[in-house]
Amino acid sequence: MSLDFFVSHYNYWVVIFLMMVGFYILISRGNLIKKIVGLNVFQTSVFMLYISMGKITGGTPPILVGDPHGDESGGAGAAEHVVGSAAEHVVYSNPLPHVLILTAIVVGIATTSVGLALAVRIKEAYGTLEEDEINRIEARAE
Amino acid sequence: MSAHLPILQVVVPLLAAPVCAVLRHGRAAAWLAVLVSWSVLAIALALLGQVMATGVISYHIGDWVPPIGIEYRVDIVNAWVLVIVASIAAVVAPYAVTSVEHEVAARRIPLFYAAYLLCLSGLLGIAITGDVFNVFVFLEISSLSAYALISLGRPRRALTAAFRYLIMGSVGATFIVIGIGLLYVMTGSLNMADLADLLPAVRDSRTVKVAYGFLGVGICLKLALFPLHLWLPNAYAFAPSPVTAFMASTATKVAVYMLLRFFLSIFGAAFSFDVMSLDQVLLPLALVAVVTMSLVAIFQVDVKRLLAYSSVAQIGYMILGLSFASITGLTATLLHLFNHALMKGALFMALGCVVYRIGSAHIDAMAGLGKRMPWTMAAFVLGGLSLVGVPLTVGFVSKWYLILGALEKGGLWIAVAVLVLLTSVMALVYVWRVVESAYMREFAGDEGTSEAPPSLLLPTWALVAANLYFGIDGVRTAAVARQAAEALMAGIGS
Repeated sequence: MSLDFFVSHYNYWVVIFLMMVGFYILISRGNLIKKIVGLNVFQTSVFMLYISMGKITGGTPPILVGDPHGDESGGAGAAEHVVGSAAEHVVYSNPLPHVLILTAIVVGIATTSVGLALAVRIKEAYGTLEEDEINRIEARAE
Repeated sequence: MSAHLPILQVVVPLLAAPVCAVLRHGRAAAWLAVLVSWSVLAIALALLGQVMATGVISYHIGDWVPPIGIEYRVDIVNAWVLVIVASIAAVVAPYAVTSVEHEVAARRIPLFYAAYLLCLSGLLGIAITGDVFNVFVFLEISSLSAYALISLGRPRRALTAAFRYLIMGSVGATFIVIGIGLLYVMTGSLNMADLADLLPAVRDSRTVKVAYGFLGVGICLKLALFPLHLWLPNAYAFAPSPVTAFMASTATKVAVYMLLRFFLSIFGAAFSFDVMSLDQVLLPLALVAVVTMSLVAIFQVDVKRLLAYSSVAQIGYMILGLSFASITGLTATLLHLFNHALMKGALFMALGCVVYRIGSAHIDAMAGLGKRMPWTMAAFVLGGLSLVGVPLTVGFVSKWYLILGALEKGGLWIAVAVLVLLTSVMALVYVWRVVESAYMREFAGDEGTSEAPPSLLLPTWALVAANLYFGIDGVRTAAVARQAAEALMAGIGS
C-alpha cells in the first residue's frame, strides 16, 4: 500500500477510525448515556461515508446552468442545446447521497431521543445508569 | 382505487397513528386501531389476489418512473409476507383492546396504539417497497416504535430490555445502511430490480462483497440469528402480551423476508450460493440455533421467556430451509414464516390470557390452571402441539417440507433431517413442562381465578383454528409458498 493510496483515500480512513471509536465506546462502556454517545459516533461515520462518496474533485453544487427557459429569439430547440452543451462541461457533486443522509440524520436523532427517553425512565426505575449496577439490582431481586 | 392499493397498504396505518396519539380516549384509539388493522388485511388480501391473477404489480410513487422514483413492487413473495403481517395484526388488535387496558397505564393507551400502528406500517413498508433505501427508512420506523412498545411492559426490566434492543437494533440498521451505501457506490442505483440488473457486471469487486457482508450481519441482527439473538429473549419476555404476540409473529418474519429479498432477488441466488457460499455460512449457525436454543428453552421457568428462546430456535428452522439452497428448502422457509406466525401468535396470546388472570407467566404460578382456565390452556396445548409439529397442525407441514428438502439432497443431509426430528422432541419437552404444571398439579393461587374473558379468548382461538385449518389443508399455503420460492430462485426480473 503506497503512501499515495493512503493519502488519496483519507476520507475512508476517517470513516473507519470514527466507526471503530464509536463501536468501541458502545461495547466497552457500561454507562447508558455513553453507549448512546458511542452509537451516535458510529452512525456519524456512516454519514461521512455517504457524503464523501457523492463528492467529486473540482465538482460544483448540482445547480442547473444556462437558461432553462431559453431566450426569446432562439426558441425552445436552441435553449435545449444551450443547456445540454453547458451541462456536458460542468462537473457536479452527486446530490442524492447527501439527500439520503439527511433522512439518516433524522433517523439518528429519533434513535438518540428514544434512547435518552429510555435512559431517563431507567434512571427513575433503578436510580442508576450504570449497567453493572442495574444487573446487580436485578440479581438481588431474583 | 384498486390501482392505489400498494400505497394505501402503508399510508392507512401511517396516517391513523397520529390520530390515535391525539385521541384522549383509550377505547376510541383501540377501536380505530382494530378498524385500521382489518382494512390493512383487506388490502393485503386484495393485493395477493391481484398478484396471483395478473402477476407483478409495480406502483410508481408520485408517478416518478423507476429507477429514479421510488417503486413499490408487489410480487408473490412480498404479497405473501404482507398477508402474514396483516392477518396477525388483524387478530392481535382486537385482543389488545382488553389486554392493554390491563397491562398499560391508562394515560399511555392512546400512545400505545399510535406506536402499534407505526410499527405495523413500518413492517408493511419493508415488505412492499422496491427501493433499498426505503427499506432502511421503514425498518427504522418499525424498530423505533417497537422499542417504545416493549418499554411499555409492566416489569421495570422491560426498560433495560428495550434499551438493549435499541442499541443492537441500531447497530444492525447502521450496518444495513453501510451495505446499501456501498451498493450505491458501485451501481448508482437504489431500485431493487435495477440493482439486480447492474450488480452482475461489478459483482467480482471487493466493495460488493463487503456490502454483502455488512447487509448479512445487519439483517441477521434484526432477525435474531443465533449468535446475534441476545436482544430477543428479554424483549419478548417483558413486553406487554399483545406486543410479544405481534412482534414474535411479524418482526422477525419481515427480517427473514429482507434476507431473502437482498440475497436472492438483488444479489441473485447464483452469486449468493456459488460465490459467497451463503448456504455454508448459514447452515452451521441455523443448526446451532435450533439445538442450543431448544435446550436453553427447556430450562426456563418463565414461560414467556421459554417461548422467546423457542422463537430463536424456530428462526433457526427458517434459516435452515434457506441453507438447503433448493426450491423445497426455500418452500419450507416461506411456509414456516406463515406457520410460525400462527403458532407463536396463538401461544403468546394464550399466555397473555394467563397473565391477565394471574398476573404472572411463571411455570409454578400456572400450576393447576388446566381446571381453572380450560379454554386458555386448551389453546396453549394445541399451539404447543403445532410447535412440536404434530400431524394435523401447521407445524407438521413446515417440518414435513424441511425434512423433504433434506432428504432430497441425500448424503450427510440425512443427519440434518434426523436433527430436525430430534429437536422436535426437545420442543415436546418444553411444551410438556408447561402442560405438566397446568394439568397434573394442584392449583395454589387465588380462589376466585376463572376463565379469561371472551374478548381475549376469541382472537386466541381464531389463531388456534387457523393452526388446525392450515394444518389439515396445507395444500393451498404450500402451493403459494412454492410459487414464491420459485420466483425467488429465478430472480427479480422474471
